[in-house]
Amino acid sequence: MRNKAVFALIVAVIPACAGAALSNLPSLRLPLAATVSYAACAFFLAGICLRVLRWASIPVPFCIPTTCGQQKSLVWIRPDSLDNPSSGLGAAMRMGGETLFFRSLFRNTRCQVANTRAIFTESRWLWMGAIAFHWALLVIVLRHLRLFVQQVPASVLLLEKIDTLFQVGIPGVCISDLVLLAGLSFLLGRRFADPVLRYISLFSDYLALWLLAGVAATGLLMRHWSRVDVAGVKQFSLGLATFSPVLPHNLGSLFFAHLLLVCALVAYIPSSKLMHMAGVWLSPTRNLANNSRAVRHVNPWNQPVVTHTYAEWEAEYRDKLKEAGIPLEETDVEATYSN
Amino acid sequence: MSKPPIQIDLQPPVGDWADTSPEFRKGSWCYSATPQNLVQLGMPNPRQWQPSDLDWKLPENWKKTILDGMKERLAKFRSFRLFMDICVRCGACSDKCHFYLGSGDPKNMPVLRAELLRSVYRRYFTLTGRIFGSLAGARDLTEEVIKEWFYYFYQCTECRRCSVFCPYGIDTAEITMIGRELLNLIGCNINWVLDPAANCYRVGNHLGIQPHSLKDNLEFAADELEEITGIRVDIPIGKKGAEVLFVAPSADYFATPHYYTLLGYLALFHEIGLDYTFSAYASEGGNFGLFSSHDLMKRLNAKMYEEAKRLKVKWILGGECGHMWRVIHQYMDTMNGPASFLEVPVSPITGTRFDNARSTKTVHIAEFTADLIHAGKLNLDPRRNDRWKVTYHDSCNPSRAMGLLEEPRYIIRNACNHFYEMPENTIREQTFCCGSGSGLGTDENMEMRLRGGFPRATAVRHVKETHGVNLLACICAIDKATLPTLLDYWVPGVEVAGVHELLGNALVMKGEKTRATDLRGEPIPAVEQEAAHA
Repeated sequence: MRNKAVFALIVAVIPACAGAALSNLPSLRLPLAATVSYAACAFFLAGICLRVLRWASIPVPFCIPTTCGQQKSLVWIRPDSLDNPSSGLGAAMRMGGETLFFRSLFRNTRCQVANTRAIFTESRWLWMGAIAFHWALLVIVLRHLRLFVQQVPASVLLLEKIDTLFQVGIPGVCISDLVLLAGLSFLLGRRFADPVLRYISLFSDYLALWLLAGVAATGLLMRHWSRVDVAGVKQFSLGLATFSPVLPHNLGSLFFAHLLLVCALVAYIPSSKLMHMAGVWLSPTRNLANNSRAVRHVNPWNQPVVTHTYAEWEAEYRDKLKEAGIPLEETDVEATYSN
Repeated sequence: MSKPPIQIDLQPPVGDWADTSPEFRKGSWCYSATPQNLVQLGMPNPRQWQPSDLDWKLPENWKKTILDGMKERLAKFRSFRLFMDICVRCGACSDKCHFYLGSGDPKNMPVLRAELLRSVYRRYFTLTGRIFGSLAGARDLTEEVIKEWFYYFYQCTECRRCSVFCPYGIDTAEITMIGRELLNLIGCNINWVLDPAANCYRVGNHLGIQPHSLKDNLEFAADELEEITGIRVDIPIGKKGAEVLFVAPSADYFATPHYYTLLGYLALFHEIGLDYTFSAYASEGGNFGLFSSHDLMKRLNAKMYEEAKRLKVKWILGGECGHMWRVIHQYMDTMNGPASFLEVPVSPITGTRFDNARSTKTVHIAEFTADLIHAGKLNLDPRRNDRWKVTYHDSCNPSRAMGLLEEPRYIIRNACNHFYEMPENTIREQTFCCGSGSGLGTDENMEMRLRGGFPRATAVRHVKETHGVNLLACICAIDKATLPTLLDYWVPGVEVAGVHELLGNALVMKGEKTRATDLRGEPIPAVEQEAAHA
């Protein structure tokens, strides 16, 4: 298992090294950086669209929500409209709970077995780690928006202001960076420390985390150690966004390592488990209302099957049915007599 | 029995799970389906074989059949493709499976059970898997993999508990259902699923009891009920034009303790004067097709609507059964509907319109009875159940594929004086399976059943120790069939009953004689006391 983690680390280091090497090739820096960035973006967008369209093109033959609360039945029994939604609106709210607050993960328990007893304890660590990581990542991505538009929107500026509320250091330390680091360390650490997680983890589980860690590490080093020229970065990213790439000379190897790690991560997303960010919206056990007895769910390919019809059944058991006094179909009875 | 007690160790081994293969140890697998049953159902590769054999006599082109089967299902079930793609192996599901908690076998963690299929999916259906092989978590499809699938997909009861906790709602029941469908394509199935399925298909119920014997059994039940209550109930079978078609799991007619639940239904229907009928053709609501393939599920389920149409009833009432209700609630209308020949169910006694069943036109008996009690239509004397300290076991399917949580509890609270809930992590949507569902409740599989039932049993033991609970009530025929053995092993002294058995005990019928016994024929303590006072 350890091999997978180490091997994944080695693979994740490759883009960082490539970036550092690139920064030392003055004539190739711009064309390569631009090409790689565009390729990664194209791969990301096309890949995500393809994956989502493919999922969406597959039918949902049956209405199979996992119900996690009381159904809507008799008027005097209060239904759990969030965990067992009976309408589309309820299902949408359930999805909101899943995607914004990781509701299902929030339920998590830990079960230990000792002396032929199962002991359950609430276990919110995974939920905390996951929610910290994902929300921090969202804030960081939003903060990066200011690099891609000339006029930075007020909302992004406000977000950044809140994020550096502590006003420690110059440039200020972002809360989201710290939270992201803590979340990532937890998610990675548990894959090392927990024997169950070690056993189930694949190479790709480590790779995704190492890439994210690499992106975060190079980003933080740029901001707080090498003090990258933000104006220069913005010049580059704006150039990319307007399809007229330029590359200021003062961007060093850390920047290129960061850039290539981001490109690697972004290009990796469509073919990886990171597609859960899109897939969760399509999950039929969560996004359907539990109303399959009230509203007929239609299966577009409803498979025709061979059944054992009543007529065949009655033909086989006619004598026994008659003897037992179980009513027969009249027409068949006549048919019997006429035979 | 002097067998050594079951040991459980949850510490996972070191090494790579992909390098291990299952050991077909006695007590941990089910016998193969007999060729006759396969022939009867028109299923492929009928032959004599057992999972413990080295040679499984797979058809020559088995690999192509499996891969074609996967391809077809990846295009037909969004759930399948999505659940193959988006798992992040966060491990939230790992300790949610009763088979994992009872066996410690890491491949019983839902995440790894799915990886068994996912690894093959990656190898043949994804670009990264084709190029990077094992590095991308891909595995070649070999005969060893087929054996592993068989072992672990018949060690999952499709209970959906893991799906409650998964942040993406990945449902192992879907994965196991597809896995079993694929195995069925090459004739790797178990007899405990296909024997009942073949019987239901041909005869009408899972034991293959012929129509006249079914009638005898019901008449015998009427005799017994008369002895207990002094009231003769009429049991219509195949009555045309009845208002309601009643379909129960057929175990209710033949097995114990299900039978006492049947007595409860009969007493109730007589007392409220319900115009209903049984059917000999569709005498089974339980659907073992669900445990084999979507097609077989549809073939067996088709009988219910066909019979309702033939008998010209207005709506269908369904008895106490777990997976029968998974099929009725989530599949029946889609597969065999629309039931436009039926009417929206209205209780003829209370006038309540069951709008939640307005399309399927099928009402759960717990909904029906709870409504009767709430409307004050039943005269109940809960003291007649005073010998029982009751707990309620939510059956997997009614709780996690329907949400029928309060209705049965409401009935129990009205029919019993002593009711105690098990710990909250083990009830309602978090309920634990009996460990024998989805066709695994056979005796050769006993060790695995006992292991799988361990989490449920440990919760029962808790209420037994804290409240002196001596009865577990439930609304599932498989629970009733398998929990007695299980509780006998882990928590001796706790019996199993259907909710409508308790209702039948408490139900004071018009014109009944003073009941000396409950529906089990056991003396009623309260009556004994009254007799002593007299």
